[in-house]
Amino acid sequence: MFTAGRGRRVTLGAVVVGVAIALSGCASSDPLSSGGSTDEGGDTLVVGSQSYYSNEIIAEIYAQALEDGGFTVDRQFSIGQREVYLPELEAGGIDVFPEYTGSLLTGLLGPDSEPSGTSDEIYDQLVDALPSGLSVLDYSEASDQDSWTVTQAFADKYDLTDLASLKNVTESITVGGNTELQTRPYGPDALASKYGVTIAGFTPVQDSGGPLTVKALVDNDIQMANIYTADPNIEANDLIALEDPDGLFLPANVVPVVSSKVNDGAAGILNAVNAALTSADLTELNSESVNEQKSADVIAEAWLTDNNLIG
Amino acid sequence: MNLLFEAFQFIFDPTSYGGPNGIDTRIIQHLLISFGVLAIAAGIAIPLGYYIGHTGRGRGIVVALSGGIRALPTLGFLILIALNSQVGLFAPVIALVVLAVPSILAGAYTGFDAIDRRTIDAARAVGMTEIQIVGKVEVPLGLPLLMGGLRSATLQVIATVTLADYVGGGGLGSYIFLGQQVGDYPLMLAGSILVVFLALVFEGIFAIIQRLVIPAGVAARPVKNLRPRPITSRTV
Repeated sequence: MFTAGRGRRVTLGAVVVGVAIALSGCASSDPLSSGGSTDEGGDTLVVGSQSYYSNEIIAEIYAQALEDGGFTVDRQFSIGQREVYLPELEAGGIDVFPEYTGSLLTGLLGPDSEPSGTSDEIYDQLVDALPSGLSVLDYSEASDQDSWTVTQAFADKYDLTDLASLKNVTESITVGGNTELQTRPYGPDALASKYGVTIAGFTPVQDSGGPLTVKALVDNDIQMANIYTADPNIEANDLIALEDPDGLFLPANVVPVVSSKVNDGAAGILNAVNAALTSADLTELNSESVNEQKSADVIAEAWLTDNNLIG
Repeated sequence: MNLLFEAFQFIFDPTSYGGPNGIDTRIIQHLLISFGVLAIAAGIAIPLGYYIGHTGRGRGIVVALSGGIRALPTLGFLILIALNSQVGLFAPVIALVVLAVPSILAGAYTGFDAIDRRTIDAARAVGMTEIQIVGKVEVPLGLPLLMGGLRSATLQVIATVTLADYVGGGGLGSYIFLGQQVGDYPLMLAGSILVVFLALVFEGIFAIIQRLVIPAGVAARPVKNLRPRPITSRTV
């Protein structure tokens, strides 16, 4: 009896200690807790990423390249959407974060701002808009931006190549994507006013151009959808992302946002990575993740090795 | 606090009403989907529950199955159905019917189950047919528990219809998704408040119905003592 009771007490004590340790572990690994990971050793660079698989692959590439260059890297991936991680980035809690020029600029200027321009112009505006303590390195040719995407059959029917050719479309069409699209400057309203498209309706599909959106498009439930240009589903399903020569969509070139802890050595490594990364590469990396279910670190290592950036 | 204030500001702003994104339109969509789902779920669950309750057949299997279904994550199930059918109302309706059936089913058969066996034996003894036993004894006596099942199913469905807009189904979930995507948290909160409001309204309605359907004589409220006083008290 007595021994059993004591044994139970010991077990209880062990559980309490275990829970305490587990909870303290949570506290220090919380990417949003201020100061948690930033105060560690001087050479540790915190690399963050959005909770978007493609962004995580780029972050992993940055992380491995930096590690190869002798830096200690703390990975804080999948932090969520821009609204969540931007304050933390500004507070200096993250040192390297893969971003996209146009979308970051809109995020910094606020949802009501409507910046426009070429990749270079957007990059210049971004440099000006960044808060003190943050800077951007060179942007990459690779971009992952919004697009209006149609099926091959629909494109053939009306001879569609770019957004301007949408004037050929004689039927009224249903467009789909996240609900937010309706409020965006490139949304269905812009299609109607700038390109004379007759919009029959908007079907919300909240998976950000994911499999449900692709399916709705392929099923012809919607005729046009907002899908990211680097999405491997575009090629896999014979979809056509309409060209955008007038810059309806903001250019979204991959660009690392860095804190002042990133020295010239680290910046050099990241710039070399960005110079090597192309849009085709990005689509291929995404495809390996989506279609072959490879993990980000495997994809990143293979790409870095192929491009002689590590090893 | 400010967030809450802005959310109510949106709800009470007259410009938030009218048009395809108006609060009125979204509430109507929300309720239509909810009622449609509940009607289908009730159409499946009540006859099945009555059959199980009356005959006692298949009880083990159905109880275990419907208990298991409760654990199904509705959003995942919804996406799975949508990927195998199409976007629109079909997938959310199926997913929500699956969500609602177990509660109603449980209400229907436990309503029959809870009836004193002697009451049913008595009904049979006075010559009632099986149909009469079901219609005149078991259904009325089981109504309070069935209403309880319907009540919890309604609550679950009204709260979960918010997922319908994930695949283009409309409803109040639209505000929640939009608010999340553009970082408009007052809008998200306003959507949630409206859902809570609908849920509370129907809780109230069901609380009243549930009281009304209790057959006279089995009500828990104090009734006039119909029995004669015990003989002992008179003789002593």
